Amino acid sequence: MDDVLILGEVKEGSLDLKTLELMGAGKKLAGELGGEFSLLLIGDSVSEMADEALPYGPSKVYKLEHPLLQGFKADLWVMSLEQACREINPKILLMSHSFMGMELGPRLACRLNTRLTTDCIDLSIDPGDGLLLRTKPVSGGNAISVFKCSGEPQLATVRGKVFAPAELGEANGEIVDIKAEIDESMIKVESLEIVREEIVALDKADVVVSGGAGLGEEDGFELLEELREALSKSFDNVMIGCSRVAVDKGWISSDHQVGLTGTMISPDIYVAVGISGAIQHLVGMVHAKKIIAINTDPGCNMLKVADYGVVEDYEEIIPALIEKLEELS
Amino acid sequence: MTEIRIIVCAKQIPDPEAPLSDVSVDAEKMEVIVDAPQVISPFDENALEAAVRLKEEGGGKISVLSLGKKVSDTVLRKTLAAGADELILLEDDNFENLDSHSTAAALAGAIRKIGEYDLVLTGRQAGDWDSGQVGLILGEMLTVPCINLARDISVEDGSVVVKKSVPEGYERVKAQMPALITVSNEVGELRYISRTKMLKMMRGARSIPSWSAEDLGVAPEALQKMGITALSSPPDMGRDCQVIEGSPDEQAEKLAAVFQGLR
Repeated sequence: MDDVLILGEVKEGSLDLKTLELMGAGKKLAGELGGEFSLLLIGDSVSEMADEALPYGPSKVYKLEHPLLQGFKADLWVMSLEQACREINPKILLMSHSFMGMELGPRLACRLNTRLTTDCIDLSIDPGDGLLLRTKPVSGGNAISVFKCSGEPQLATVRGKVFAPAELGEANGEIVDIKAEIDESMIKVESLEIVREEIVALDKADVVVSGGAGLGEEDGFELLEELREALSKSFDNVMIGCSRVAVDKGWISSDHQVGLTGTMISPDIYVAVGISGAIQHLVGMVHAKKIIAINTDPGCNMLKVADYGVVEDYEEIIPALIEKLEELS
Repeated sequence: MTEIRIIVCAKQIPDPEAPLSDVSVDAEKMEVIVDAPQVISPFDENALEAAVRLKEEGGGKISVLSLGKKVSDTVLRKTLAAGADELILLEDDNFENLDSHSTAAALAGAIRKIGEYDLVLTGRQAGDWDSGQVGLILGEMLTVPCINLARDISVEDGSVVVKKSVPEGYERVKAQMPALITVSNEVGELRYISRTKMLKMMRGARSIPSWSAEDLGVAPEALQKMGITALSSPPDMGRDCQVIEGSPDEQAEKLAAVFQGLR
């Protein structure tokens, strides 16, 4: 039986950073259990990544390759993962709280009749019974809860950027091939096409100008765009963000959404315009170095977490601000 | 084509948009105390909106299920005002603080009791525990196709076609019905419901059925609670906010100087 198994993910032909972080977490937990950790890679061709993973210290890298596993077809992936778990029989299984992990985790938990905790920010072993203690923000981030659940494997999805990536060392592990019995008849959800969209990379922004319900209308984002352009003369990577409500209202696409179910960011400057600051939004931007809030409600959450606040209608302030910025630049 | 039957699972929770000062943590009792009105979890409202649009396009019947120890029909009647045809409360003392697996098992019991259906829609995650599991586990339990993170849903000749959010944009996927779909907020917010319509629905004589664990054929001993071992407040996020005063012009000038200083 393996102690800790990590489900790896591949990004642009290489191990995803989140996988390195998971290996960091896996190494820590294996240490607490006095055991070892291993890595599982699933895909149509993962040999190179298996070699790449060995120096990070897994005792085994399980390689599950199948031509049908090209691209992410959830039905086949969950089937493969289920079969791999039954074969490897890990005590603990960790995956990223990524697009894939969010879908695979609950479905796998049901199939293996175990209990999953999602989006964990800390993990440790209860020395009393050897079970996994899963720390997770709940209530949008208003509280931090520690869960302990029955079932095997002990299953968690892990938030990105909370564990330090595993460090490179000596490669003493071995690569083990495992097979999955899958075929096309198992695909219940057929992919018709993937439509690529221009996605704003908010996590790479130095400055984010963000709008919410307080903008009152879609046109408000035009004014924010003008502010973005004005700030771009003095700052690099100025991007437009938004709250969940702005997406719900159809004012802007969801790649701009900041928060728990959007992008979690920590830019140099975050300008919140007409965003009252629901907790699920705050947890996504509160680590910004400087926060500037423009809001008509002096009692709103956003002004409590901001460094600078302006209590005024944004339509009054922003055109004047753009003018002043132009004068200064 | 016959009209489709849609089941929407909607959870009642304390308003997750409540001001921070209205939320506290009782570490001893391990409870989050939110001094705010009860609402329908936001992503579940998105799911209801998706259902109502499907009904408008091709006709159909919408049943809303809401599970808890005690569910307020005054909160949930909003779903009827928005366009649902039927509201069924799943209430039982044993339904308190269930884990995701047990919640899904109880919902699956209710869906089997309803019998025929084409689509089950849930929000992508609930605004209280943010777990994001019940929908997908429910799909597995019902052994129907599961589609996660829908931003658009349409029905074509007995199949459902969904635009599913993926990291690079969206994926158009197709599945046979019945199917389970978790809905994300890109679908759009629940339509505006006029006060008159809301009041009419509140005062309506219509009785709302309530089903217990026994009605669902779920054995209480099969239900597990969430295994919480500790609950604490998050680190304080507050900062010492400097409020910029003056006329809009003066405020703008001072704010421009702040930006200058941060360059």
